[in-house]
Formats: sequence, structure tokens, C-alpha cells
Amino acid sequence: MTRIGSRLAALGAALMTLVACGGSATPTAQTDVGVTSNSILLGNTIAQSGTAAAYGTIANAENAYFTYINNQGGVNGRKITFKILDDAYNPAQTVPLTKQLVEQDKVFAMFSGLGTQAQTSVRDYLNTQKVPQLFVATGATTFMADEALHKYTIGWQPPYQGEARIYAKDVIANHPNAKIGILYQNDDYGQDYLKGLTDGLGSNTSMIVDKESYDVTAANVTTQLVKLKASGADTIFLFSTPGFTIPALITITALHWTPANIYLNSVSNPQVYMGIAKSKGAALANVTSVGYIKDPTDPQWANDAGMKLYKTVIANCSTCNVLDGFNIYGVAVAYTMVDVLKQAGSNMTRANVANIATSGLNETNNPFLLPGVVVKTTPSDHFPITQEQVITWNGSGWTLKGSLIDERGTIK
Amino acid sequence: MVQRIRSAPPRYWLVAVAVLFFAGFPTVATSFQASQWAQVLILAIAIMGLNILVGYSGQISLGHGAFMALGAYVSAVLTHKYKVDVLATIPIAGLVTGLIGFLFGIPALRLSALYLALATFALAVVTPSLIKRPVELTGGVQGILITQPDPPQLAKDAFATVTGTPMTSDQWIYYVTFAFAVVLFWLAWNLVRHRPGRAMRAIRDGEVAAAASGVNVAGYKTLAFGISALYAGVAGALFALATGFVSPDTFPVALSIQLLVGAVIGGLASIPGPLLGAIFAYFLPIESNQWVPAQTWIPSQIAATVVKAGPAVSYGAVLILIMIFAPNGIVGLANAGYTRLRRRLRGAADRESGHVPPDPQTV
Repeated sequence: MTRIGSRLAALGAALMTLVACGGSATPTAQTDVGVTSNSILLGNTIAQSGTAAAYGTIANAENAYFTYINNQGGVNGRKITFKILDDAYNPAQTVPLTKQLVEQDKVFAMFSGLGTQAQTSVRDYLNTQKVPQLFVATGATTFMADEALHKYTIGWQPPYQGEARIYAKDVIANHPNAKIGILYQNDDYGQDYLKGLTDGLGSNTSMIVDKESYDVTAANVTTQLVKLKASGADTIFLFSTPGFTIPALITITALHWTPANIYLNSVSNPQVYMGIAKSKGAALANVTSVGYIKDPTDPQWANDAGMKLYKTVIANCSTCNVLDGFNIYGVAVAYTMVDVLKQAGSNMTRANVANIATSGLNETNNPFLLPGVVVKTTPSDHFPITQEQVITWNGSGWTLKGSLIDERGTIK
Repeated sequence: MVQRIRSAPPRYWLVAVAVLFFAGFPTVATSFQASQWAQVLILAIAIMGLNILVGYSGQISLGHGAFMALGAYVSAVLTHKYKVDVLATIPIAGLVTGLIGFLFGIPALRLSALYLALATFALAVVTPSLIKRPVELTGGVQGILITQPDPPQLAKDAFATVTGTPMTSDQWIYYVTFAFAVVLFWLAWNLVRHRPGRAMRAIRDGEVAAAASGVNVAGYKTLAFGISALYAGVAGALFALATGFVSPDTFPVALSIQLLVGAVIGGLASIPGPLLGAIFAYFLPIESNQWVPAQTWIPSQIAATVVKAGPAVSYGAVLILIMIFAPNGIVGLANAGYTRLRRRLRGAADRESGHVPPDPQTV
């Protein structure tokens, strides 16, 4: 009996300890969580491993810009700490990692989280906790359009629908007799583009002769391209991710097919990808796309002040490839983030920062964007960037065509 | 009664300690840690299901993530579309998945180990694409958001009395998961100790011999598949509840692999194995990805490569180590260590006289 007695006593003691400790774990309520007199803590989840690992460099480039700002004394004397966690592009990991950043690391705000599904999975949580979810790295329209329900969430890059509307305008204006064939990724990303194009074509939707979809898990898109060729389409839209766009461009040439026009979405157009396609035999004739960021491989920006600044900034990141379009994207969006923090000034509350980002932005001087591109939000308009310019492939680089086209107000 | 407690073998004490640990954990940990450990318990349930199939009945499955997906979607669709109470959907999800698993077990009978592995692997690969098709039902690629329920008043009050802080929904979900885990582990323990468990092990160790002894081979094999899928379905439904969101990408092929790795690391054909395996399977990728870059002695190039390759690296390394040093998993290692310790403690005198103490009764 004594043995049991002592065992029970030990258990009891252990339980008491458990209970006693429990009382002390009281969370302290604070309006400015993550901000001290000399620091600001921002959190981020992004794919740095797995199938979408190529995006991972964006967060490193953003960190490089924060390092650059910190070296200059920070924002109003506060240095920015940026905590990046890898969610491997899996929403099931985004949720616990975001909770970790909010509840354990106590970040002030989430910045530039990547992936439509991933960011959707934490949007309600972050809004309930009143933690700003700023400038998510996805062009899914919902992150800008559904602002009324999610006051703490905002995107940054032009919405995919707006981009597709620009293509529609270009087709109607320059190729009114085109027979359109579309290859799109069967997810929110591809469907957003498809909707934008269909809406943009309006009464001209009969121009579309065929649309073929593929799943992200597909091995290749050859079958779809063969069908598109057989449909008689002469104008091809590729609403795909780079991993599929590059083989698609190569396959089109391999099929001895020279469509009159190939429209390439902005996600796939960094020069690095074009170079890979070219080296593997893609003809790349008559290719059109749009841009809103300065392309680091484009020689016309060689002496541009913004491009020089980009090169200085990116030197802070040892693993970043200076020519990678994702990196200048990261630096450009980090620029807007710092802008918001500067604007918040001494009123560094989550509510104020979220409010500035979603309704009070007017950034006309972002040096990494094409001249004239404005990052702007108002209480009734939550699409930060809506201007893009048509670009055509000249065999070794992109040529800017015409002027900026603004889709502000067309997408609801 | 006292006599029974006194003579209880040490594993009963371990069970009591484990249950008390898990019951008391949220009162000392943060709400976030509770949500992490809820994920561990969910994985443990799924791995337990896989363990019944692989460890006890000897059939391989590389597709248990697909059964989890099914359970999660049954629960999410019922909750979201038909407004069924989320807690009530969990057993329903388990039963539906169990039934599907049972049906899947019938063609699986015709496949030998390697081909069964491939067939289940195909199931895991195709599931995310299948989920996307009925957009009306599953929400397609957008997935379904599930509102996490507030704890009931009774639980809230009880928790507040103990800790002095109100219970969060993460903590409530932890306790829901814990309750399911206790019941399902208890059921599994009973299952493997009795007739079905013996029959399954007999089939695993020698199908012909088992059939010759009158074991209904086909029946028990499909039963194992059904029960195993039921566990995965319940785990999937809990997973949907704990994550608050289901989408096709939530259930990648890697999840199925993660489950199998967890089962092997913990120790196949054991009851505590799945729990230990789940702790490893959950924390290993998270911790190693945050630990490796923080180590200054690891060259940054190697660290970057490890981080880029993701959980695969740490899984691979640990799996190889386990296979070399503890082929029966953590549980096997612990058992071997315990046996040695006992021999040493009580065997000194016996060894001199050449008397070897009998092995303790094993289940």
C-alpha cells in the first residue's frame, strides 16, 4: 500500500504542478503587439521547399530590402525584423505556422504571405485576431474585392482578372478576326484569368474557339496543345504557371505550329523563363504579355536609378539571383510595406496600419515599378496596382508597347 | 482491487501517466501549443489506423492521406452546406470513410503487396484532382472554410476554474481530439488483443497457414482495410476542424508518406508506436526546418539546400538511422532497453546459478 501511496502522491504532486503553472500563463493584452520603441516584428509564410519552392526567394528579397532600410536607421528609429517560415505551399501548414507567428512570436503583422489557398486558409483567423494580413503575394481577385468582410487583408499585385482584360482589349483592337484558343490551369489562378478574358471580350466571346485545362499535378500539356491546334485557333492564351508555360512554348514549336499570336501571362514572362524556353528550341514568335515591374534583365533600365537601387538592395541577400524577376517583385512590395509603416508614424497600431494599407495608399514613386505605375487604395477601392503595359518579345528581350493601361474600377 | 493495481504491469502506469499528461497539457501550455499537440493527436489517430492495416494485417497502404481527405470533406461539406453540428459530423465522416475503405479492400485482396502499394499510391495522387471536380459540393480549388466552434459553457467554466483563463476554441478542439484519440486507441488495443487481432497477425505471418487454420482471410483483410479507413476518416474530420480549412492542396501525396513514416518510426504492430510516431512525424519537419538555418556551424550553402528540400531531408535521415539502429521503431528500442535493464537488475544472482528468468508476458 505504501508503494501505491507514494506513487499516487507523486502523481498528485505532478498534477498540482500542472495546475499551478496554468495560472501563470495569462496572455497580456497589448494594442501594439510586435512593436517596441526600436523594433517592428513582421511575419511571413511562403513556399521555400516543395513544388513551388521557386517563389521562396521573394521573402529573402523582401528581407534584403528591410536590411537595407535597417542599415539606414530603420523606420522612425524602429528596425524591422522579418520572420520567414516555410509552408511548402500547403495550406494545412500555413495555418499552424501563422498561429505560431501570431500567438508565439507575437508578430505585429503578416506581410506578403504567398499562395491563394494558403492565404485564404488564414484570412478569417487573422481578421478575427485583428492582425493585418498585408500585401499577400497572389493576384486572386478575392483578396482585393472582398474587403468589406476582411478589413485587415489586402493584396498588392495587379489582379489576374485585370491583366486578362488588358489582353482582351489588345486582341479586340489589334486582331479583331482572331480565333482564340486558351490553355489554363484548372484552379483559382487559371479560372481568374479565364473570367477576366471572357468578361473583357464581352460581346466578342465568340472569338474563343477552344479552351483546354490541365491540373497542377499533370505531367505535361501536350494533349491540350494538340487539341488547341486541331481546333483551328490562331491566337493562343497561356494562363499557366512557368513550370507549364516553358514546356508549352517548346511543344508549340515542336508541333510545327506558328500561331499568329501567343499571349503569355505576367507570371510566366520573366526573361529567365523565356531564356530557358529559347534554349530548348521554342521559336517565341509573336509573343505578347504585360508588365508592371522593371525587368532586371532589360538593358533599357541599365542606368535607371531604381534599378541601381535594386542592385544595391539585393546585394544584402547572398542566395538571391539578381536577374530573377521574383526578387525585384519582393523588393518592390517591401518598398510599399515600408511606405505604410512610415505613413503610420507614431500611431503604430494594427488597426491604423491596416487602414492605411487598405484605404489610404497613394504611392507614386515606387522606383521598382514601371514609370507611371501608382500604388493606390481609397476607402472605396482596394486594388493597389491596376496599371499594366503591353510588352512584346523581340527575340532577346521585352519591348514596351503603347502606354500603361489602367483597369481601375472595372473589376468588382 | 488494491491487489490488482499493485500487480499491474508497468505499461499500465505508463498509460495512466500519458493520459494524465495529455489531459493536463492545455492547462500549462499556451493555446498555440495546444493546437500543435491537437495536430499530433490527429496524426496519431491516422497512424493508428495505418498501423492496424500495415503492422497487424500486413497490407501496405501509401494512400491513407486520401482517406483523410475523404473524412475531412465529408465533415466539411456536412457542416458547411447542410449545417450539421461539426462534432456530430466526425463519427459520420469516420463511418462513411470506413465503408469506402471496406469497399476498396475488396479489389485490394487481389493485389500482392507491391501492387497494392502502387494502387493505394495512385489513390493518393488522384484524390486532389478528384476533389476539384464537383465545384458545387467541394468548393473546388477554393476549398471550404470551417468556423471553429466556441467551447460549450460547461467546458469553459471548468477550464477557467482550473487555469483562471477562459478556454479558447483551439483548446476545446484539443480536448475533442483527445477524447476521440483515447476511445480509438482503447478500441485498437482491444481489437488487436482479441480474435480479429490474432487472425490479422496470423494472416500477416503466413496467409496459407492462417487459411488452413480456419481464418477467413478475405474477410479479415477487408475488415482491416475498413477499420483502418475509419480511423483515417475520423482523423481527417478532426484535421478539418483543427485547421479550420480544407482544400485539395491540404492533402498532398506527401501526407500519405508522412503517415507511413510515422508508423515505421514509432514502431509497427504496437499500440504506443503511433503516438510516438506522430510526435516525430509532426515536429520533425517543422523543427528541423527552423533548427538547421539557425545553426552557425552548418555551412550556409548546406543549410539552404536542406531548407529547400524541405521535410524530405530530415525524414530521410531519421528514417535511415531508425532502420539501422532500431528496426522495430522507437517502441522496439524502448522494449529492448527495458528488457536489458530488467535482466541486469534482477539477473545478477540468477546468472550465477544459471537460472534465466522467464520473459515477461507480451501482448
